[in-house]
Amino acid sequence: MSIIVFVESTDSKLKKASREAVSYASQLGDEVVAVSIGDASDSELASLGKNGASKVLKIAGDFNSNQEAATAVSELMNSNNASILVMSQSAKAVAIGGRVAIKQDAAMASNVVSLPDTTNGFVVKTSIFSGKAFAQVQLNKDKKILVVSKNAVEIKEGGSDVQVESASATIPDSDKKVTVTGTEKTTGDVLLTEADIVVSGGRGLKGPENWGMIEDLAKALGAATGCSKPVSDMDWRPHHEHVGQTGIKVAPTLYIAIGISGAIQHLAGVNSSKYIVVINKDEEAPFFKAADYGIIGDAFDVVPKLTEAIKALK
Amino acid sequence: MKILVCISHVPDTTSKISFIDEDTKFNSNGVQYIIGPYDDYAIARAVELKESNGAAITVINVGGVETEPTIRKALAIGADDAIRVNAEATDALFVARQIANVAKDGGYDMILMGRESIDYNGGQVHAMVGELLGIPSISPIMKLEIEGSLAKMSCEIEGGKEFVEVAMPFVAGCQEPLAEWKIPNMRGIMTARTKPLNVVEPTGSNNAVQYQKYEMPPAKSGVKIAESVDQLVNMLQNEAKVI
Repeated sequence: MSIIVFVESTDSKLKKASREAVSYASQLGDEVVAVSIGDASDSELASLGKNGASKVLKIAGDFNSNQEAATAVSELMNSNNASILVMSQSAKAVAIGGRVAIKQDAAMASNVVSLPDTTNGFVVKTSIFSGKAFAQVQLNKDKKILVVSKNAVEIKEGGSDVQVESASATIPDSDKKVTVTGTEKTTGDVLLTEADIVVSGGRGLKGPENWGMIEDLAKALGAATGCSKPVSDMDWRPHHEHVGQTGIKVAPTLYIAIGISGAIQHLAGVNSSKYIVVINKDEEAPFFKAADYGIIGDAFDVVPKLTEAIKALK
Repeated sequence: MKILVCISHVPDTTSKISFIDEDTKFNSNGVQYIIGPYDDYAIARAVELKESNGAAITVINVGGVETEPTIRKALAIGADDAIRVNAEATDALFVARQIANVAKDGGYDMILMGRESIDYNGGQVHAMVGELLGIPSISPIMKLEIEGSLAKMSCEIEGGKEFVEVAMPFVAGCQEPLAEWKIPNMRGIMTARTKPLNVVEPTGSNNAVQYQKYEMPPAKSGVKIAESVDQLVNMLQNEAKVI
């Protein structure tokens, strides 16, 4: 038996969450086979050995659709005699995983935050209600698909590099119905969903012309920038920066919220962050209740000082 | 053109989440239920397509009789008829199977739903429905235009978006900014009362995934307020060790 881990990459670099998924899988007991579809470099993939993979299979080039990718992943599960598929949480992962679940007759859990408890069946803890609660979920099929939340496990380091083998899959024409006609990159140096630190601004910033100080602070920290829903609704910032229940859900090590009151819908997008810092001039802002650290003060005064202090550190 | 819109019946986004019966059941006491916010984008875009291209919209929900006010709201927004599969929406696979079962003989050109429900956040149903029906599933989409028999969409990918084209039929999971949410008007509310809402019985079992017990996240230990920027930097550097 083996465990397949579906790993993702952007610009030939593996996502940090994919290393977490491999580390997670390495604690389940069976041989871990990482599967990469896309542009990840061989040296990146080989280094998954350090995180616990014993083999890496690479399908070069990307498919046009989740449908084709699901067929490929399912084929590799069969040829590797895999009973468990581990993925890291992303829109792409669940879109592929959902189809694999049908192909493999597997039980699937999203937003998994714990290793399985197998004392009585196969039970994992998952995050539900946008992080406002957790559930113990029993998976009642021989095959399982576990989509692991970001930051749920520590990345394991220490093994050695492993061999990267090229793999292929037979995709029937009936799967090839989607054409990709183009892609558009989001501007910004750091990916919001991948960032270790996120700096977000809200209505307290008073207008889009004041975002320079958010960007300066983000730059000093090597952080990504985000915003609250009202800010993207008013077109101060693009929709893809909207952090919250119906926007992007982030799970960075440090989340800095500036001029955001902390509506429950915003908290739902950030409550998996390890540390939350709130900067707000209203000491009654509900965000302080969800924060680890805070400063009660005017953003226009605090943020430039904070940026200078961070720069002085580095 | 025939559009099937799948909606979830979920607690309002401001709801306080709690559990009863020794943490084995969601406490719905005092909770206001709504159409899932992502599903709202699906229904809104379907209504826009109906206005621009002409379409018949059927809305489907898997749920008990308590979900009917939510279904009626979708009818008031502009769906033409509705199907309620009379069963508790226990897990993604079960829900997907009900939708696929209804859709397989329905001749729908597209099946739209939210990218995920905001209660269980699984995000699996669109993919499962697509696979069960053997048609493409695309998610999360932010733009959807129809040209002849071709659908042109933009789909979020990590770090950007992807533009895709697919011939109908297909399944799509929706998110902002696909369409402006629609608020039912008085005429819509009146006509919704008499639009057909058909109840069908479920098919298959629902034991793949079982939610056994619930728990709340541990309470935050309390915020530490820094008196100065230097103190905050010191805390982040030496206590949290994050910068």
